[in-house]
Amino acid sequence: MTAPMPSKTLVEVKNLKVHFPIRRGLLRKQVGAVRAVDDISFDVYEGETLGLVGESGCGKSTTGLAVLKLLEATAGEVRFRGQDLTHLSEAQMRPLRRHMMMVFQDPYSSLNPRMTVGNIIGEPLGVHAVGAAAERAERVQELLRLVGLNPAFINRYPHEFSGGQRQRIGLARALATNPAFIVADEPISALDVSIQAQVVNLMSDLKSQLGLTYLFISHDLSMVRFISDRVAVMYLGKMVELGSRDAVFERPLHPYTRALMSAVPVANPRLERQRRRIILEGDVPSPAKPPAGCRFHPRCAFATDICRQEEPALRELEGGAVASHRVACHHAEKLL
Amino acid sequence: MAHLLEVKDLVTRFYSDRTTIHAVNGISYTLDEGESLAIVGESGSGKSVGVMSLMGLIRYPPGRVEGGEALFKGRDLLKLSPSEIRKVCGREIAMVFQDPMTSLNPVLPIGLQLGESLRKHMGMDKAQAQVRAAELLALVGLPNAADRLKDFPFQFSGGQRQRIMIAMGLACDPSLLIADEPTTALDVTIQAQIVELVKELQQKLGMAIIWISHNLALVAGMVDKVIVMYSGYIVEQAPVDDLYERPLHPYTLGLLHAIPTLEQRNQERLASIEGMPPDLRKPVTGCPFAPRCPYAIEKCLQAIPPLQAVGPQRTSACWRAEELRGVHTFGDKL
Repeated sequence: MTAPMPSKTLVEVKNLKVHFPIRRGLLRKQVGAVRAVDDISFDVYEGETLGLVGESGCGKSTTGLAVLKLLEATAGEVRFRGQDLTHLSEAQMRPLRRHMMMVFQDPYSSLNPRMTVGNIIGEPLGVHAVGAAAERAERVQELLRLVGLNPAFINRYPHEFSGGQRQRIGLARALATNPAFIVADEPISALDVSIQAQVVNLMSDLKSQLGLTYLFISHDLSMVRFISDRVAVMYLGKMVELGSRDAVFERPLHPYTRALMSAVPVANPRLERQRRRIILEGDVPSPAKPPAGCRFHPRCAFATDICRQEEPALRELEGGAVASHRVACHHAEKLL
Repeated sequence: MAHLLEVKDLVTRFYSDRTTIHAVNGISYTLDEGESLAIVGESGSGKSVGVMSLMGLIRYPPGRVEGGEALFKGRDLLKLSPSEIRKVCGREIAMVFQDPMTSLNPVLPIGLQLGESLRKHMGMDKAQAQVRAAELLALVGLPNAADRLKDFPFQFSGGQRQRIMIAMGLACDPSLLIADEPTTALDVTIQAQIVELVKELQQKLGMAIIWISHNLALVAGMVDKVIVMYSGYIVEQAPVDDLYERPLHPYTLGLLHAIPTLEQRNQERLASIEGMPPDLRKPVTGCPFAPRCPYAIEKCLQAIPPLQAVGPQRTSACWRAEELRGVHTFGDKL
């Protein structure tokens, strides 16, 4: 999984904000907003897997949806191959959609139970008018083989498959139109451990075979470490750290990243008993009322006055730090 | 010394119109006082049904405990009447479930829900129960416990609700706490809080724990021994250090290698267990894991391997367990 560091930008996200209005009262007046994603910027390079991690409510799924324009951004822009998507209409967007696809978390609710596998996988081909009907049927069988399913399953229904097989069907559907970019939102978290490994292996095989670029959204840090080239960490609508997989995992700079990593259990009882865990106090605050200053400060052991007042920018550290390893913490230098 | 809990040949099946689900197929284990045990397995392995059977939580139809015994402090739980089992379960055995939202009554304040078992099992009056409820909530680390007794479940976060569930479990000083995937619905940082809490409480209160989980990594640091289940069978059972150091069943080995560790780097592929989870409708004639096992031989398909001793206090249900000692990675040749 050590692809040569690619540098061509495929997707560019700039100052992306997605706010959901909170409406109250008879006139449904807007009284506030859930700031699910609040001003984040990052690039996805061609041929890489960017892992996006964070806990529930941090905005990672919302980011994934907004990047594909399946959710309207409140502000900011998303560029795909240099083209700004934010102001495109649905009709203008359609021809682009075949190049950017999504794999969903729940393989049970993301497949229409009344459609056959062939129709599910073939649907994007029809929508985008790829090939004639006969070619499409052939393509569907090819896709089934590609994801490791028997092409004879083409007329079966989703309920006849196990969770892992359904996720393979979801992958085949996403791959139907030969996309360049795939957003996979927790693609393995609904699966059993032994099946997770199968799907992850399949995803990395497909990546090298088809030259795909992934935005891999997950809360499972060990899987993200395994599959990603670069990793972005989100907390409460903000990106707090972004860097190469090894930099982020071996030298995490943000106190939250450190806590998150130390919370991941390791399958080694001796290590596990000796390990000193950073236990974060309290819960994640509501994204409707995020704390002032650094959003992590109420739970951070290193917080000082500046953290309570001033929001830290996502920045590269001066001196010493690995290039393109960025962190949003006022005290990152001291934590080195 | 007699064991706190001794389960022998427990069999539980579920029936529907035409099919029979063989959920638990004759499992046996023991648990001593103050000991902690993890039961690990994937969905459908029978790990939850196994303990629910002990507590009289399997209803007929569709399910039925069909055989075996479960001696808790010398009394067979499987022979108790529903009202007797309720007494034991509220008081001496407590259970914490996976989903803290659906396990709490959404329309009752938590003080009342906590107080219920105190009044019922400990004979307290309302005022005493409220005082004790506040103490319990403080014990599980809920901030401003006394002021929050009148709050409803929706006013708490997921982690807080799980703390409340644990407080309810501890209400009557149980000698056994059964935790069924109590952290699965929670985020990792909150999961770490709950795990620390349970470890701390066990040291403080000295109860025995059965921790049910699908996550081998999670239980590694917190239990004395581990049982691995597959397809309703116990496939391996060992003291915790031995199991992780040298698994002696191919399924355990596969599970351990399917999780990438944080230390593991630049590995090209994960060891994956090929194939699908077993179909519980069909009774097996050979080893239930054989269809997915890279080490399966003719014998594995023909005869179910019994759980046999493979070391001090450890057993494995594999015909080739001894040969596995030399294998370091799942899939390596014997």
